[in-house]
Amino acid sequence: MIVPEPAKSDHFTATRNACKMCTPLGACLAFSGVEGCVPFLHGSQGCATYIRRYLISHFREPMDIASSNFGEHAAIFGGQTNLEQGLANVIRSYEPAVIGIATTCLSETIGDDMPMFLHQFTSKYADPTPLPHLVHASTPSYSGSHFDGYMEAVFALAKTLAEKGQTQATLVNMIPGVVSPADIRHLKDILSDFELDYVMLPDYSERMDGVSWDDYQRIPEGGTTVDELKSMGSAAGSIEFATTHHKSQTAGEYLASACDVENHRMDMPIGIAATDRFFDALEKLSGKATPRRHQMDRGRLVDSYVDGHKYCFGKRAILYGEEDFVIALASFLCEIGIVTVLIASGGKSGKLLENIERVMPDPSVATVMDGVDFEEITDAAMDMHADLIIGNSKGFKLSQKLDVPLVRVGLPIHDRMGASRIVHLGYQGTQYLYDLIVNTLLDVKQRTSEVGYTYI
Amino acid sequence: MNGHNIMTTAIENNIRLLEARKAQVQTKGSEPFNIACEKQSVAGSVSQRACVFCGSRVVLYPICDALHLIHGPIGCASYTWDIRGAVSSGPQLHRMSFSTDLQEKDVIYGGEKKLEKALLELIAHYNPKAAFVYATCIVGLIGDDMDAVCRRVSAKTGIDVIPVQSEGFAGSKKDGYSAACHALDTLVGTGDTSTIGPLSINILGDFNIGGETWVIKDYYERMGLEVVSTITGDGRVDDIRKAHGASLNVVQCSGSMKGLARMMKEKYGTPFMHVSYFGIEDMSRALYEVADHFGDKDLLKRAQDMVRDEVMRIMPELRKIRQDLQGKKAAIYTGGAFKAFSLVRSLRTLGVKTTIAGSQTGNPTDYKQLAELCDDGTVILDDTNPLELAKFIQETDTDLLIGGVKERPIAYKLGVAFCDHNHERKDCLAGFEGMLNFAREVHGSLCSPVWKFSPFRQKHKETTEKQDIFKPKATYIPTNVVRPGETSGGGGETKFATLTIGATEVAK
Repeated sequence: MIVPEPAKSDHFTATRNACKMCTPLGACLAFSGVEGCVPFLHGSQGCATYIRRYLISHFREPMDIASSNFGEHAAIFGGQTNLEQGLANVIRSYEPAVIGIATTCLSETIGDDMPMFLHQFTSKYADPTPLPHLVHASTPSYSGSHFDGYMEAVFALAKTLAEKGQTQATLVNMIPGVVSPADIRHLKDILSDFELDYVMLPDYSERMDGVSWDDYQRIPEGGTTVDELKSMGSAAGSIEFATTHHKSQTAGEYLASACDVENHRMDMPIGIAATDRFFDALEKLSGKATPRRHQMDRGRLVDSYVDGHKYCFGKRAILYGEEDFVIALASFLCEIGIVTVLIASGGKSGKLLENIERVMPDPSVATVMDGVDFEEITDAAMDMHADLIIGNSKGFKLSQKLDVPLVRVGLPIHDRMGASRIVHLGYQGTQYLYDLIVNTLLDVKQRTSEVGYTYI
Repeated sequence: MNGHNIMTTAIENNIRLLEARKAQVQTKGSEPFNIACEKQSVAGSVSQRACVFCGSRVVLYPICDALHLIHGPIGCASYTWDIRGAVSSGPQLHRMSFSTDLQEKDVIYGGEKKLEKALLELIAHYNPKAAFVYATCIVGLIGDDMDAVCRRVSAKTGIDVIPVQSEGFAGSKKDGYSAACHALDTLVGTGDTSTIGPLSINILGDFNIGGETWVIKDYYERMGLEVVSTITGDGRVDDIRKAHGASLNVVQCSGSMKGLARMMKEKYGTPFMHVSYFGIEDMSRALYEVADHFGDKDLLKRAQDMVRDEVMRIMPELRKIRQDLQGKKAAIYTGGAFKAFSLVRSLRTLGVKTTIAGSQTGNPTDYKQLAELCDDGTVILDDTNPLELAKFIQETDTDLLIGGVKERPIAYKLGVAFCDHNHERKDCLAGFEGMLNFAREVHGSLCSPVWKFSPFRQKHKETTEKQDIFKPKATYIPTNVVRPGETSGGGGETKFATLTIGATEVAK
């Protein structure tokens, strides 16, 4: 039932309940997908602590992020001393293989020259002990969202570490974008089933969804190794899920231009059509047909689409989240007859609308909003008669206000267990989302029925 | 379950203390106590502290009829949206996250116009009683004159628009507390106090996490005291305005609100006292000391009667819980050190020994007092980090960690029980019923059967736990049956009791 409320026409300059996080958060997540890497924020202490807390609440795993811990002196005179002390202390306590350094609004505003600082640090301390690899991503939080920060860190890893080499025919770079640990595990399984070697950039599938330990791990195990990252330059191709990225190059584009690695850039594979395109690329790269178990997954997915089609047809959904993610979800919902009435993102690449028009057969049914916050989404959603909301847990208030169920997917999910274990991608991920969505609709139907049917 | 001997069960690890951190770590009894503290966190040490902004934001957050606008890029607002478990009996405006969401062009050309526009629109729409505007790291750097914008908007809208000087890098979380106190100071003294009687207090430094302010306020009112304002738990702008009319400031959480209490003493001569509401001992002492302050026999008598009744109500269940917990070992890591004192005592009530005690923001006096309270061998930590916590939890063979969300994974990965005592929790842990909630939470985590699968325990605690690893840990299991009017034996009544008190407040 829609709770009636007068439509608000007020314009707000302020962002009210943001539908995005800041760029350094994205960078820290990406850096945690490298083996032995400690994410390091060059800025004040709060940035690291807030981002740690935010990510720990989602992943429920240790998330150490170091900080150069700016004080007033550093803010006025520059952060070089703090950066050097911070790096030295991280090296002493963590003995990392890589330090992933992301800037913040503070260090970017005062104009710290990071390449120079890191160069000086390296020349000062590299001898006699080899230093960890220092990878720097420029992530001023006044520019873009966590999605952009993530993409920037992924790009920085490729640019800093990949080395051009002799092409290895069975090696593929897999660059999945902002996805769950379970998604990464699933992608690894798929690549292995095609008998492909791969470099996953990044791979936090173990670190951010780890096992219980028998000893404390200063840097949790798992992740793509530096050697693997180096070998990206000699891959036969890259598969990159990146739809709206609009800043500089993507990692895949960089590897194509610098190392001649062919880039297969595509939407996130959610739904049959998008996943088919992903599997087509895998067939092409591996020279192998899709293995039977994945054909069966696809077949079962189609079968379930049929079994549940009546529950979905004409139902109205609201989507929000990262632009790439909502584009993929919108494409999937079209396949099952759900009408996506509102597509919203806190991101603002300028490419959301054109991509929605590309993936939806009839985009006129949908209101598309980029660069919006949850209050704008709520205002727009009030008279849309939605049956379903699909997005991260921050839409709970919206769900409460509309009295419409929320299907929790993506990042962050702060009010439920198991966010790391949600598979969104591929036939299997689509199957999970499909069952979740249909069962949510069935639950409403059952609960609101006076009869209380036990067969539906 | 008997306690394990520290010497025989210490678990080796390869974590070394950073040289720059050594003075901030001490083991009680091993040397003359002289811990270093109140220092900027060591760069690269992964401090659990936040920043100046965080300090201001957490303190002012519960004022629920004020607008809270964060002037800066989006992160600071995103990560503090609805972050505290601070509940309101009325307005919910504090749970909204407002940000000027500064963009590159604002950083280049300045954000003053955007701030002013944002404020005018928000105030017109939400009609708050006052507005707090928080400065974040870059505001000072780009040269925005926040004071001037606030003055202009205040003149245009007729409400107090108060700048909070909370640039993240300009000190520590404690400096954020101080910035918040200065902001509050501008409100205090602006309200009518003519109806306030002599037996009156302000509750300072309780934030109504899970309804705690309601519980405490109810105690004081049952004693016969008038509570003029609660700063800031379930706080209201108009109540804060008349806070100077109260005869006494009762201050909890020494770090955050001491500043305001001092300012009020200087300006209005309002005396203040420090209390804590955690644990039977400290809760009772708070009520007695407040009664003593007024020198009123009736107040004291009512306090004594109430303490007796409340303690009798919770003791039967506490005794049962204590049987299961006797000899367990706990680590405590809190924001302010004052809470750590109460936790050491509360744990003692439950038969649990403290092996590690630390805080983010303690001062030398705090740590001296903490060390006096703790047994020899207790590790005292200032501004620690995940590696140190892990190191000492292993070396002291600790069973339970009390901290916040950031500390939780350290405990869980090591097969150690955990109790969330941070401001993000949703349960009331203050007062007598809070003590029972605390005991239940600690008991529920320590006695859970899941730990028997922990690889860490299987590897390191084989010798001490092997015999009973597959035996139930708990002799007492809460029934989870809600019996209104009773506390003992049930699983959830205390929460309901708390909510009832809250509802009463609304009714008033």
